[in-house]
Amino acid sequence: MSQVRIPPVLRETVGGQRDLEASGSTVSEVLDDLFARHPALRERVTADGALSEFVNVYVNGRDVRYGEGLATAVGPNDQVILLPAMAGGSA
Amino acid sequence: MPEPGTFREISVPDAVKSADGRRIIDVRELVEWNEGHIPSATLVPLADFAATIETVVPDKSTPLLVHCAVGARSRRASHYLAQIGYSDVVNMQGRLAEWKALGGAWEMPAQLLTDAERARYSRQLLIPEIGQEGQRRLLDAKVLLIGAGGLGSPAGLYLAAAGIGTLGIVDDDVVDESNLQRQVLHTAERVGMPKTESAELTLTALNPDVNVVRHPVRLDAGNVDELVAAYDVIVDGTDNFETRYLLNDSSVRSRKPVVHGSIYRWDGQVTTFVPFAGPCYRCLYPTQPPEELAPACSVAGVLGVLPGIIGLLQANEAIKLVLRAGETLAGRMLLFDAMTTSFDEIRLWRDPACPACGDAVMQQRAEQAPAVAAAS
Repeated sequence: MSQVRIPPVLRETVGGQRDLEASGSTVSEVLDDLFARHPALRERVTADGALSEFVNVYVNGRDVRYGEGLATAVGPNDQVILLPAMAGGSA
Repeated sequence: MPEPGTFREISVPDAVKSADGRRIIDVRELVEWNEGHIPSATLVPLADFAATIETVVPDKSTPLLVHCAVGARSRRASHYLAQIGYSDVVNMQGRLAEWKALGGAWEMPAQLLTDAERARYSRQLLIPEIGQEGQRRLLDAKVLLIGAGGLGSPAGLYLAAAGIGTLGIVDDDVVDESNLQRQVLHTAERVGMPKTESAELTLTALNPDVNVVRHPVRLDAGNVDELVAAYDVIVDGTDNFETRYLLNDSSVRSRKPVVHGSIYRWDGQVTTFVPFAGPCYRCLYPTQPPEELAPACSVAGVLGVLPGIIGLLQANEAIKLVLRAGETLAGRMLLFDAMTTSFDEIRLWRDPACPACGDAVMQQRAEQAPAVAAAS
């Protein structure tokens, strides 16, 4: 099982959890496993079956956009981070 | 020529007369050296002597004249030199002040700092990577804070304390009571005051030497280039995407590093964008997300200490950029989770297809560069 870090803005879609375990040997399979349990997460992370351009996915700290995208391999002890942009700072 | 393993002692007047043709080794400490020294001397403090002298003077037959302030430390150094095989060692027995009084060659090193500056920054001057030269760099540096809010407050306070000579502050807002939980530049009695004004009061009270430049405006397409051009390093503590993209594109055009911080409830992100050397904000997030994916602090809330932590990480990055020391977060993003007190790090890459800093832009700049050089 890989560990998936859920960013704070998406936590409400997974019942408030910060880290989830998921099975699958690619980013796509790992996400599908999460979507099966947390359907609300799907529309925030994907658009038309592809990764949303607003959410970056990192496997062991590496952006999958510079790897194989959704087909990027995920090992059993790998850490997956979902990371949308955050605006907050000043006001 | 002395016996092997021994050295000679000479008086100061003899040393003044016979110094020519000898390599002069000053074994005092750096602080003493900085108060004046023999121009042709090489500083090898006694504390580092054994570790460095054979690198400084590899040829052991070199005629040496060793001195300190009164002749005691230099005697120990001379003894050591003779023991390890230097064959022509002369120790100056007497006070260095006498050398100076007799008209021996003398120079004062250029004073990079005033006495007041040396006193104020003494703890930083002791750090090898800073010292007088580094402090001079900090004092000559111009750092622009975008936002005098949650991130800009701690960054501004510590950058002013560190002696960043010019701190520009861009903020068009006024102090609100709800800011005080985290925006530590401001105070309860300044509610309603423009934030740039409040920031100036706090920062100049902390360090009157800092030149605080108020920019009580909202960063927009009409002023961003001029503002960015006037500073060396930009600390981005804004609260909205429009400003972040605007700032990114301008800083890439003018090749100014931007220290990026963002916060949300218990989570913070910090990285440093160094144009073309690493990715830019658009490489990371090519387009602005919809509001429901990225609510502002005013909507989502934020823990007060979080911007304190992230803002100080930003100040640390800004100081290293000014000093040109250490390793910045260029190409890395640090993720901080205050709820579990944990840091994660992700790698960031420059996107070759980035509209702001991609390969096409780099090529275009390379083609334009000679034309610009010829015109100037």
